[in-house]
Amino acid sequence: MTRTRTPGISRRSTLALMGAGAITFAAPWVARAQAKTIKIGMPTILSGRVAQLGTSSRNAVMLEVEKVNAAGGLAGRHIEMVIRDSKGQPQEAARVARELVNTDGCELLLDGEASSGSFAVHEVARDLGVLCVHTCSEASSLTADPKQHIPNAFRCVRQGIHDSIVGGSYAASIAKAKRLKKWATCSPDYAYGRDTTGEFTLYLKRFAPDVEIVSESWPKLFQPDYTEVVTKILQAKPQALYSCLWGGDLTSYIDQANIYAMFSQMEVFAVNMADYTALTVVKNLPKGIHSGNRYIKTFPATPENAAWGDAYKAKYNEYPTNWSWQNATAVMFLSEAAKKANSADGKKIAEVLKGLTIRCPFGADGTVTMRGDDHTLVGYAIGWGTTIPQEPYVPEVKAGDWKTIFELEAEWKKSKGYT
Amino acid sequence: MDLDALAGCLASSACLVTQTTSGLIIGMLLFLVAVGLTLIFGVLKVVNFSHGAFYMFGAYFAMTAYQLTGSFALAMLAGAAGTAILGLIFERVFMSRVYGADVLMQLLVCYAFVLIFDDVVRIIWGPEFKSMGMPSAFQVMPLFIAGGVVPPYYLLLIGVALLAAVVLGIGLSRSRIGKVIRAAAHNPGMVSALGINTGLIYGGVFALGGMLAGLAGALAAPVRSLTPGMGFSVLIESFIVTVIGGMGSILGALIGALLLGLIRSFGSLGFPLFTEGLMYLFMVIVLVSKPTGLFGREAA
Repeated sequence: MTRTRTPGISRRSTLALMGAGAITFAAPWVARAQAKTIKIGMPTILSGRVAQLGTSSRNAVMLEVEKVNAAGGLAGRHIEMVIRDSKGQPQEAARVARELVNTDGCELLLDGEASSGSFAVHEVARDLGVLCVHTCSEASSLTADPKQHIPNAFRCVRQGIHDSIVGGSYAASIAKAKRLKKWATCSPDYAYGRDTTGEFTLYLKRFAPDVEIVSESWPKLFQPDYTEVVTKILQAKPQALYSCLWGGDLTSYIDQANIYAMFSQMEVFAVNMADYTALTVVKNLPKGIHSGNRYIKTFPATPENAAWGDAYKAKYNEYPTNWSWQNATAVMFLSEAAKKANSADGKKIAEVLKGLTIRCPFGADGTVTMRGDDHTLVGYAIGWGTTIPQEPYVPEVKAGDWKTIFELEAEWKKSKGYT
Repeated sequence: MDLDALAGCLASSACLVTQTTSGLIIGMLLFLVAVGLTLIFGVLKVVNFSHGAFYMFGAYFAMTAYQLTGSFALAMLAGAAGTAILGLIFERVFMSRVYGADVLMQLLVCYAFVLIFDDVVRIIWGPEFKSMGMPSAFQVMPLFIAGGVVPPYYLLLIGVALLAAVVLGIGLSRSRIGKVIRAAAHNPGMVSALGINTGLIYGGVFALGGMLAGLAGALAAPVRSLTPGMGFSVLIESFIVTVIGGMGSILGALIGALLLGLIRSFGSLGFPLFTEGLMYLFMVIVLVSKPTGLFGREAA
């Protein structure tokens, strides 16, 4: 039996032709859509006790992304941010990060998580191979520990070890000048509090060997009442106190210590005091608290930094936080790297990011660098000063010396077995 | 463990005064929250899991009133009265519907309102932490009693809490309303049969409990940061107090709160890494030796 074909175009051919036509007409549109928009995913903390930091991260990112988009986008592609709440829970941060890449089609990740969540997001980046820039975790081991190293992850954040070296050096100079030998510490009882306090006292004793720690207090995170901690410190009669309490815990502590006149009885070094979140909330801020800089628009004292702080305040009606400048810097790095790579491809951007130096309002000398060997931020403005109860809050900041930081950081890495 | 520090403190009058007043301060604020909790349980037989929210609202109401008027007295009044009204509405509209329900249902309703109240605070006052600030009248040097340091504001705080304890104790044992409340706690059916509106009594007790927690929040506002969810940590310790003192016992709440305050105060010297654990250890010891708590009564 033979099959006879009817003249003209068969049904199958018609369907094939229609399909080809559709593809022909739709392809440029699809290609244009891919070329014009790049989605960047961002898990961060938008609810709970530290929601303010997550919100300030989102604000800073949007402020910078608007500028990048206005200037033509990321290597010509319009940035669309997809920002999701992790509620500050590591497992949720990991789930959100994975969903952003796999379901939402995000090609890059900005990890706006605190330390605990960052390690979880880091593992997602390791698994998916997507370019990830950590923007909030200060835990030094995230990039210092070679076991954590992956080619597609970078950290655009200040580091605990850098702060401790500068803080220890600054505190030791005050200790020597004022003969402060008896010290007490009071820090939150979790990894950040323990590590940062340990590193601070390590460098304090290195620069001022006759310092003695006479009392240690470890209140739990988000503890509402510090009365017994305050009175315990008063009993020990130290000449100076170090604390890395932060946010609402720090302001509660100051309010409660104030009525015991603690600040007139000892020098207080609170690394997280000089952040607008704390400075503007404390109603009776004591004069003369020593603090590391977090974000203040007067340090570095440059027109660029002041303008950035003012622009942020004008847009959001509040001052930026420490997390804000770090997130803004991350977007600046991505933009500059994409320009140099002439591509928004994560792998190409990652190649360029290694060792990249960019102009930045938050740089100690007007620039910051993404160090090539451990993918971490260096060269940012870092220093300590004393507070006053009104703006500019920390009128004079003594800048840390990056040469010393690099030397001691290298020693620290060696002592930890990281190099 | 630093037993030398503890022994040294017990041998020094200055340290003894400072740490004892520190314990009283912690204890008295806890008492105000816990006594409302125990009162509501004693009369309504409901474990009010949302009680911490009234502490939170008391603090926010006080801060707002203080910002608007600059008056500390009005701030305290706003904290207490505002939460009393809120407590009355909450009881009449929601809690009264689950009195006969399963305990699990009551817990579920209370927990739902913990989340709802936190979100309400977040919407009205924002998610960031706030500080009321110490009124200028109390921004003075602390008193030195026998070498110990005692801030004047804390003396006021202890005084107000003590006054509340005395008024509550006398009111419940001597006044007619107090007797009716106790009768309603013992046999609500009989009280109702005598023509007394038990719904009104329940609403009043809930409002009183809420008011005491709100007063605690208002008193704490000048020295503690205000955040959505701030009532939760206080609630946990208040539960420990009521378990130690005996559910439903006002005297038990007072003694339990003071003991817990002193454990925290002196425990931070002798057992700095186990202060929290000491509280739970003490609760376990009390429960093992007297399962109904120090002043609790066996169920009939």
